[in-house]
Amino acid sequence: MKRATGWDDQVASAIVGELKGRDGALLPILHALQEEFGYVDQRVVAELATALNLSRAEVTGTISFYHDFRANPAGRHVIKICRAEACQSVGCEDLVAHLKRRHGLDVDALSADGLLTIETVYCLGNCALGPAILADGEPVGRVDADTLDSLVARAGSERALTDGEVLS
Amino acid sequence: MSGRARVFIPADSAALSVGAERVARAIRGEAEARGVDIEIVRTGSRGLLWLEPMVEVETADGRVGYGPIAPGDVASLFAAGFLDGGAHGRSLGRIEVHPLIARQTRLTFARVGVIDPLSLDDYRAHGGFAGLDKALAMPPAAIVEAVLQSGLRGRGGAGFPTGIKWRAVLGAEAPQKYVVCNADEGDSGTFADRMVMEGDPFMLIEGMIIAGLASGATKGFIYIRSEYPHAFATFEKAIATARAGGYLGASVRGSGRAFDIEARLGAGAYVCGEETSLLESLEGKRGVVRAKPPIPAFQGLFGKPTIVNNVLSLAAVPFILAEGPAAYARFGVGRSLGTLPVQLAGNVKRGGLYELPFGVTLREVIFDIGGGTRSGRPARAVQVGGPLGAYFPERLFDTPLDYEAFAALKGLLGHGGIVVFDDTVDLAAQARFAFEFCAKESCGKCTPCRIGAVRGRETMDRIIAGENRAENRAVLDDLLVLMTDASLCAMGGLTPVPVTSALTHFPEDFERAPLAAAAE
Ligand SMILES: Cc1cc2nc3c(=O)[nH]c(=O)nc-3n(C[C@H](O)[C@H](O)[C@H](O)COP(=O)(O)O)c2cc1C
Ligand code: SF4
Ligand code: FES
Repeated sequence: MKRATGWDDQVASAIVGELKGRDGALLPILHALQEEFGYVDQRVVAELATALNLSRAEVTGTISFYHDFRANPAGRHVIKICRAEACQSVGCEDLVAHLKRRHGLDVDALSADGLLTIETVYCLGNCALGPAILADGEPVGRVDADTLDSLVARAGSERALTDGEVLS
Repeated sequence: MSGRARVFIPADSAALSVGAERVARAIRGEAEARGVDIEIVRTGSRGLLWLEPMVEVETADGRVGYGPIAPGDVASLFAAGFLDGGAHGRSLGRIEVHPLIARQTRLTFARVGVIDPLSLDDYRAHGGFAGLDKALAMPPAAIVEAVLQSGLRGRGGAGFPTGIKWRAVLGAEAPQKYVVCNADEGDSGTFADRMVMEGDPFMLIEGMIIAGLASGATKGFIYIRSEYPHAFATFEKAIATARAGGYLGASVRGSGRAFDIEARLGAGAYVCGEETSLLESLEGKRGVVRAKPPIPAFQGLFGKPTIVNNVLSLAAVPFILAEGPAAYARFGVGRSLGTLPVQLAGNVKRGGLYELPFGVTLREVIFDIGGGTRSGRPARAVQVGGPLGAYFPERLFDTPLDYEAFAALKGLLGHGGIVVFDDTVDLAAQARFAFEFCAKESCGKCTPCRIGAVRGRETMDRIIAGENRAENRAVLDDLLVLMTDASLCAMGGLTPVPVTSALTHFPEDFERAPLAAAAE
């Protein structure tokens, strides 16, 4: 798992410089920035606009168009929970309610302790084994309240959420 | 057992999601502890997803399977002599004759779950690149003709004949043309594209190369949704391997004809599966849908003639070239020729991927194959074709899976996803979700969709709350007509499909006493 270390303008510039020559470079750059920092800081907009010969409005508009790109830092761990129809049919909304009731966690928000970001996604391609999530990028299927409890309990850990024996 | 035993364990995302990696680790550890020399081959999945993690071993009578296997079962598997196909409580017998494999027609998925997806040797040993070899010896127009003759229709949802699209790009004069593979697979209930990318990526690469040879395009892009990190990683490795093997680059297999592929990640926007939105996104812009014409075949990526095809459309091409169009067209019914990789999902006991000839009925799929609901309750509804597809009640379960039969019932087959719901489903909530999804995912270009979806959700909330139902229903009906007729693309244009089907087939769910009132 890649760890967010805080924004660094120099590293960001290096990423922009390295990728700006690609065809349609903006999305690959945004992905690379988010991979590095866990979000895309608005400070990079001006530099992106210059590097790609776009207006600032175009850059900002593109960043905000896509659900993936975060404007603010994510937690140390990220859980993406599928809330599309196939997962609805096996109770994903009960899991969302459970996160709130048991753990006080809201979906599409960072936890109060800053450790865990939980985000809605619509389909992870694991629709036969739902409810499905991605925990720090690793797929977990047939998720139930117990699975979530053990993942939340590990949010303080430096290790990736699925790196261990909790998910038997 | 003679020599080193070969054990096959999927590295498909669905299998990983239920512990395939831990099982692989346990098997390796147990083999070491027992001093047994084994080779573990990581494969895609056979698609019997409810049996994952499934482990197979090669025996004198073919491959024998065990599943589902938990790490705790591993010691007993060794004790039962599974490396020689020994009997065990989790034995599935010879996988090729498993009833749910034997009843399929696996053309596209023939190798998925069988081979090591990143081994060119394995791919070739199982018939891979036979289509490319033929295509390299054919003039472009003959390749296009073969695809036309096969009757192949686009598997991304619209069902447009693939050969016609290719012919248009071949005929377009331009210094640069592109092949774009649409691997955005946004529909809930679908995962066939993912299973191809993870289980047999060279087949898709082969299909893209053939599309390039047929149209004169020398560069391909594949746009993979970001929700598929494993598929993306596997596919990038496959591209690098194919390039190192001489299949991609300045001279494909020494033919002097260039073709190369670049993989790009989507960014979590459903509408980017729409082909023109996808092209905008590939160009690095907001995924706003383009007005057509011009169609992408004439002005596509960076304004150049572009073939845009779904993963399954391109993946079907190597078979068509290798075996001939008639071999493909032999399967299916009417104008729906070939096979349909059915993805059975949601509340179903035996969910998975089943490649079937067109024409099987929903009932056969849900009950004979799927075994009914996972919850054990009655199946009340299915949604076919993703979030823009219709909800069908039990009395329509005898509908055959073919494009025209679904269109006749105001539904669509889409990408072949079938999502099963039991009798706890509330179709009013599902209809509301259809609007909410459209409101969130609309690209915002046209008013009927952007505003209509929000108004639809609000109106649905009022109906559910029991406010002036007759009046609100009239508002809703007008809105549904407006969205259908005036939206620029199928996002807004087809959102009325799930809503209308819910209203038509499940009216009782919209007539219930409101929750608050009922509680009093
Ligand atoms: C909102 C929307 C989403 C779509 N999503 C996908 C998708 O995820 N994958 C896909 O192949 N086609 C999708 N399509 C269909 C594409 O626009 C296009 O028809 C298809 O990629 C063409 O390839 P084919 O002819 O091989 O099916 C979508 C269409 C719409 C309107
Ligand atoms: S129908 Fe919706 S998604 Fe399609 S162009 Fe209009 S606003 Fe965009
Ligand atoms: S609907 Fe949840 S993984 Fe596909």
